[in-house]
Amino acid sequence: MNSPLLLLMLLALATGIGFRIRATQGRVKEKPGLQLTKAEIGTTFGKRATLVQFSTTFCSACRAAKVLIADVVAKRDDVKYVEIDAESNLKLVRKLDIKSTPTTIFIDAKGFEIARAVGAPKRDQVIAAINRL
Amino acid sequence: MTQTSNNPAPVTIDARGPRFTATITLVVLAIALLTQSIYVIGFQLLVFGMAAFIGLKKAPYGIIYRKLVQPRLRGPVPLEDQRPPRFAQLVGFIFALVAFIGLLTEANTVFTIATSFALVAAFLNSAFGFCLGCQMYLILVRIFKRA
Repeated sequence: MNSPLLLLMLLALATGIGFRIRATQGRVKEKPGLQLTKAEIGTTFGKRATLVQFSTTFCSACRAAKVLIADVVAKRDDVKYVEIDAESNLKLVRKLDIKSTPTTIFIDAKGFEIARAVGAPKRDQVIAAINRL
Repeated sequence: MTQTSNNPAPVTIDARGPRFTATITLVVLAIALLTQSIYVIGFQLLVFGMAAFIGLKKAPYGIIYRKLVQPRLRGPVPLEDQRPPRFAQLVGFIFALVAFIGLLTEANTVFTIATSFALVAAFLNSAFGFCLGCQMYLILVRIFKRA
């Protein structure tokens, strides 16, 4: 195969991959998961839901996610928001299979994970996920 | 409520830097792929190595960014932990090394495949802001660091 053609194919492939990653980033995916304890997240659960965001230091997407989620949660007294540093809580990161930050875990009143978002989530998806709990 | 980190404050870099340097990397790797020149891939190998082992700020593309691009940008500097992008440079170094050895031993297919992977990663970073090497960093910390 000649090189210019290969280069074009690689760029086309990479463009496709890029759009795919962008489309799935931040999407709130509903999938039942493990149960967490109050001790693990360091606080009691919200009456309706708790949003647990795993972050790392100086991660700009984490800051963006925090600003958005904290704003959504501030308007509701039945939902709590907790931010956890991934590197200092590796046991929990491994238990929940957190692969990147930010990852936001949506848990119900009993501590069961019902959804998670990898990447900074969109406001309407966060609200919809909370309302479905 | 936020659980505070127990780790010491990480060294930070301008978060816009890696995306700019990825663009230069992309161009150099494209030239390497087109010319199959051992000098071009050797040069990129050197650059990756300096970024990975000496530091992002002291590597050639990082210096270009800081001297030519950063002074022209406005607004506050967004800070980023340097470890994940630096690790990404190490991943690039490994691919470039394989490609370099491929050309050295006339295993051109090896060169092409390794360069292609590095090129796709550089493109994703440059065009979309996705740092694949950075993603690998957290996964590796998870595997190797004690809780």
